Amino acid sequence: MSTEHAASRRSYYTVFLVLLACTFLTWWVAYFDLGPLNTLVALGIAIFKATLVVLIFMHARSSPRLTWIVIVAGLFWLGILLVLTASDYLTRSWV
Amino acid sequence: LSSRPAVAHEHFAHQFANLEHQKEVSLLGMWVFLVTEILFFGGLFLTYTVYRHWYPAAFAAASHEMIVWAGTLNTVVLITSSLTMALAVNAAQAGERRTLLVFLIATMMLGCVFLGVKAFEYHTEYVERHIPGHGFQFEAEYASQAQIFFSLYFMMTGLHALHMIIGLGIMAVMFWLSWRGTITAEYSSPIEISGLYWHFVDIVWIFLFPLLYLVGRHVH
Repeated sequence: MSTEHAASRRSYYTVFLVLLACTFLTWWVAYFDLGPLNTLVALGIAIFKATLVVLIFMHARSSPRLTWIVIVAGLFWLGILLVLTASDYLTRSWV
Repeated sequence: LSSRPAVAHEHFAHQFANLEHQKEVSLLGMWVFLVTEILFFGGLFLTYTVYRHWYPAAFAAASHEMIVWAGTLNTVVLITSSLTMALAVNAAQAGERRTLLVFLIATMMLGCVFLGVKAFEYHTEYVERHIPGHGFQFEAEYASQAQIFFSLYFMMTGLHALHMIIGLGIMAVMFWLSWRGTITAEYSSPIEISGLYWHFVDIVWIFLFPLLYLVGRHVH
C-alpha cells in the first residue's frame, strides 16, 4: 500500500463530505424565495459539485494535457449549443 | 514517448509504446465518448431551459409535484456510489483484488437502490395521473404546459436511468474481470474507464436534481 494511494483515498472522502454538504445546501436554499437567484444558486452549486467530481473522482487534475483539451473542447461546444440558442429564445421578448 | 521496450503483458496491444501509453489512450477515448454524452444530454437541458423560460409558473407548479425526499435521497445514494467507485479504482490501481471486489459490489448495490427509488417515483406519478397523454391530470390552469414538464421529466430521468442500467451491466463485467484476476495493478484501465462513465452519470443527476425537483419549491 503506497502513501500515494492512501492520499488519494483521503481526498475522496473529503470530496464526498463536501458533495453531501452541497446537496443539503441546495435543498435547503430552494425553500427561500430569492427571485431569479434561486436558479442561479442551484446551478452554481451543481457546477461546483460537478467540478469536484471531474477534478478528483475522475482524476482530471492529474490527467495529461490532451485530456484537458478534450474536456474544455466539450464544454466549449456545449457553450455554443446553449448560448447561441438562448440568444434567440431568451431574447424574443425584447423586440 | 518512452523508447524502452514494452513489458510483455497479455493485454498489451503492440501499437502502443508501453502499458502506460496504452492506458492514457484508452482513458482519452472514454473522455471523447463522454463529450458526445455531454452534448447528448445538453440538448435535453437546452429544451428544458427554453420551455421553462416560456412557462415558468407551470414548471414551478409541476415541479412541486415531485417527491423531494426521493430525489434528495437518490442524490445522496449516487454521490455515495461515486465514492465507492473512486475507491474501487483506487483499489484496482493498488492491486488489491478483495477491496476492489467489495467496492464494485457496493457501487452496484447503490445503483440498484437508486433505480428502486426511481421505480417508486414513476409508480407514484402513474397513480397520480402525471404520465403525459390521454389520462394526464393536472390543475386546469397549467394542464397542457405541465405536460411538457412531465414529458421532459420522464425523458431526462428515463435516459439517465437507462445510463444507470448500462452502468450496472458494465460493473457486472468489471466484477467478473476482477474476480478472475484479469485486473491487476499494471492493468487497471478497464476499471478506470468504467469509473469515468459512472461518475459522468452521477454528474448528470447532480444537474437533474435541482432543475427538476427544486424549481419553485419556495412558492408554497
